[in-house]
Amino acid sequence: MQPENGVMDTMDHLDQLEAQSVFILREAYRKLKPLAMLWSLGKDSNVMVWLAKKAFLGRVPFPVMHVDTGKKFPEMYQFRDEYTKKWELELLLGDCPPVEEMDPSLPPAARSAARKTAGLAAMIEKHKLQGVIAGIRRDEQGTRAKERVFSPRGASHKWDIRNQPPEFWDQYATPHEEGMHIRVHPLLAWREIDIWRYIEREGIPLVDLYFSKNGKRYRSLGDSDITSPVESNAATVAEVITELETTKTSERAGRAMDHESEDAFERLRVAGYL
Amino acid sequence: MPSNACVWRAISDYVPTGIEANMTKNTTTSLDAATPIVIVGHVDHGKSTLIGRLLHDTDNLQDGKVAQIIESSKKRGLKIEWSFLLDSLQIERDQGVTVDSTRIPFNLAGREYVIVDAPGHRQFLRNMITGAADAEAAVLVVDAQEGAREQTRRHAMLLHLIGIRHIVVLLNKVDLLDFDQAKIAAVQDDVTDLLTRLDLKASVFVPASARDGDNIAERSERMPWYTGPTLTEALVAVPSPASRAELALRLPVQDVYRFGDKRYVAGRIERGRVRVGDTVVIGTQKTPARIASIEGWHAAPQVSAYAGQSVAVTLEPDVIPDRGDLLHHRETAPVEASRVRTRLFWLRQEPLRVGESFRLRLSTAEHAVTVTAIESVVNLDDLTENPGEEVPPEGFAQIVLSASENIQFDPFTPGTTDGRGVLVDRQQRIVGGAPLIGAAEIAAGEKVIHPSASHVSVQDRERVKGHQGGVFWLTGLSGAGKTTLARAAENRLFAAGVDVTVLDGDTLRAGLCSDLGFSEAERTENVRRAAEVARILRDAGQVVLVTLISPLKSDRALAARIIGDNFAEIFVDAGLDVCEQRDPKGLYAAARAGKISSFTGIDAPYEAPQAPALRVETGAQAVDAAAGELVSFVEATVRADAGQRKRG
Repeated sequence: MQPENGVMDTMDHLDQLEAQSVFILREAYRKLKPLAMLWSLGKDSNVMVWLAKKAFLGRVPFPVMHVDTGKKFPEMYQFRDEYTKKWELELLLGDCPPVEEMDPSLPPAARSAARKTAGLAAMIEKHKLQGVIAGIRRDEQGTRAKERVFSPRGASHKWDIRNQPPEFWDQYATPHEEGMHIRVHPLLAWREIDIWRYIEREGIPLVDLYFSKNGKRYRSLGDSDITSPVESNAATVAEVITELETTKTSERAGRAMDHESEDAFERLRVAGYL
Repeated sequence: MPSNACVWRAISDYVPTGIEANMTKNTTTSLDAATPIVIVGHVDHGKSTLIGRLLHDTDNLQDGKVAQIIESSKKRGLKIEWSFLLDSLQIERDQGVTVDSTRIPFNLAGREYVIVDAPGHRQFLRNMITGAADAEAAVLVVDAQEGAREQTRRHAMLLHLIGIRHIVVLLNKVDLLDFDQAKIAAVQDDVTDLLTRLDLKASVFVPASARDGDNIAERSERMPWYTGPTLTEALVAVPSPASRAELALRLPVQDVYRFGDKRYVAGRIERGRVRVGDTVVIGTQKTPARIASIEGWHAAPQVSAYAGQSVAVTLEPDVIPDRGDLLHHRETAPVEASRVRTRLFWLRQEPLRVGESFRLRLSTAEHAVTVTAIESVVNLDDLTENPGEEVPPEGFAQIVLSASENIQFDPFTPGTTDGRGVLVDRQQRIVGGAPLIGAAEIAAGEKVIHPSASHVSVQDRERVKGHQGGVFWLTGLSGAGKTTLARAAENRLFAAGVDVTVLDGDTLRAGLCSDLGFSEAERTENVRRAAEVARILRDAGQVVLVTLISPLKSDRALAARIIGDNFAEIFVDAGLDVCEQRDPKGLYAAARAGKISSFTGIDAPYEAPQAPALRVETGAQAVDAAAGELVSFVEATVRADAGQRKRG
């Protein structure tokens, strides 16, 4: 294609993903008030904060929320404090109820993860949120592949899988009842490797747990007690990309709650987990 | 985009190692995003199996996935169920059905695809449109032994309507035809026939067995006569969408921001190109303005932007456009009309009728529209278009929408963002796709109306009143106590802060309906008028208690249809003997004496509700207790969520 005035006039894969995510974030900001973005401090949510800055000319015009299980890695808390300042974020913190209060019929790791669902629900209530932006992707997990970009949740926060609204031609659902909120998923179409290639292209900072130390690195970051590192020598973003180009291991292989029983993750998600 | 952008296409398939590292940093070979391919076809014709097989045979599955599938299959006493790959929900595996559409990323010869699987049965249109609306190409799966079936026709119709032109027909399960060339050719002729009637043409027919992998990724050895492409070869041949940068500019305003001392107009360019210094015209007001700058963050400065990019521009002078306003160049204006013709696909579970009002969403614009004509309805059995009074659920039709203002649009062009109209109801739910095909002229003798819609939303009213609007339709014999009950409930609801009105049958007949008698047709008209008034009051956020004998089930169904949301049928139930004994207005006596005719219960039928939302027994029960039941029911209905969360 012909460059014009030094600017290419075709968009590559990342350009297209970025433009679509910016469109989604702007729709959410326009239609859902009050709105907040979940910031789990992981790679995907950092990309999401970055995309918000792209959409809103260098600022994030709504608060970011960290639903703190209290069990994140120390590096993640450091990262949070550093970048809240650097990125000029309005940070909302919420905590989670103890595991004893969670559904005892869930397998142990899922039961632990359910704390986050409860913590999130409390924050949505507290801040009366109409929109919650979350960084889930379709390629992570089968039930997430069935998500909508704007996913309505009723007053109980439950995901009604059997009754998802139609979503096409960039027209998204809006809340139509009191008590509803919308989960907004601007990264739904991104794959793990897209995230890393975008991190490389844009120079997005990450917590260094993602990079190899002593032959191991974290590929996905959850609570420290239910997340395990994978074997890897990838110590830079470029090396991680090279690794992902050939790997056939699932990204969430190190997330215990996905593997305890066939439907553990589905049950978590129906109840309002991300 | 920054000039140092890298390439993300895996080019290792084409380039010897060594050169690769060099090239990935400097060239741009990947020009397209993932290509969405939708898989459609009749239930049980093998869609999910095909997708599982395709992902497996092209090495697109993650480690352990196959083992996981085998385990899940075994648990349910099955051999190996490929469909479990996509039917990831417990409920889908247990019931053997796909509940919702799924999108799976997929790589083929270095190109990124997204495979979209849509369920073939329940509420198929809603889920399928969600998956298929932006597809580049479709694979239509047809069981070679069964041939085209009802959903094959429906799906093909939808492909035609949303404009998917690139269609691969996969004739599946050809092993059941013993791979016989003549038998397979006969099925191919049938499907060709079907597609031709829809103005569609298959780019290729692939005879295959998805279960065994014949002609999926590997050429089948059991059909030496077949020389065409395998499915994967056919997918590789799907063209990439053409660039839209050279078309006339369309930049719909998504939002306007004021950050610091600058005002930014944000939106995604749907077509064409915009340059700093361009003069553009804004919306139907045609306000001219100059593009002063194209702004960005952490990106190279831009002097020009083009189709597909989400941009933020500043204008000179600093005018403030509305969301939905279209920025375009003066000499290449879009079509402008207040009456538009659309090819509708209808997603609501109730039929659509003339006179219904909606919001038409078109890109970021939203217009109040009313359906003023249903020109033709598609018969899905033979794919003919016929005149019709209503569009059935999940039906297809050509209709005319009238707006109270001009709508700017480009006629629908398949595979582009042009003319992509979507209808939403008063609750903001998407109820139909309405690709705009052009302006509609006014036919001779046609009743030209352009009803307007309120700018006050349902939610706003609900917030102010503290409850939803709703209609409670009290039906029952004369003398059953409908009015007494309604008036008692009215008092108590009002005292509890509910904005409530009673529409009483006799009161209506004294005024609005004073021209009507008691024939069946006039009674129906009476019901219609009461329902229309109730609807208006409900839309204004009121709780309406309607008291009408409304003896016919069909009349009450009419009322339910007119009113739509928040309609509840209340059966005020007292036996005929009790009513006749009460006879508060002396009507039973008059009917028995033959002084009045067509009296319900005496010489006209009363069809009692079979499943009312509430039955209030008024034969023996005291008024107070009965009113209490009604009041509790009304409050529980209209205050369902209200009050728990008040939004600012």
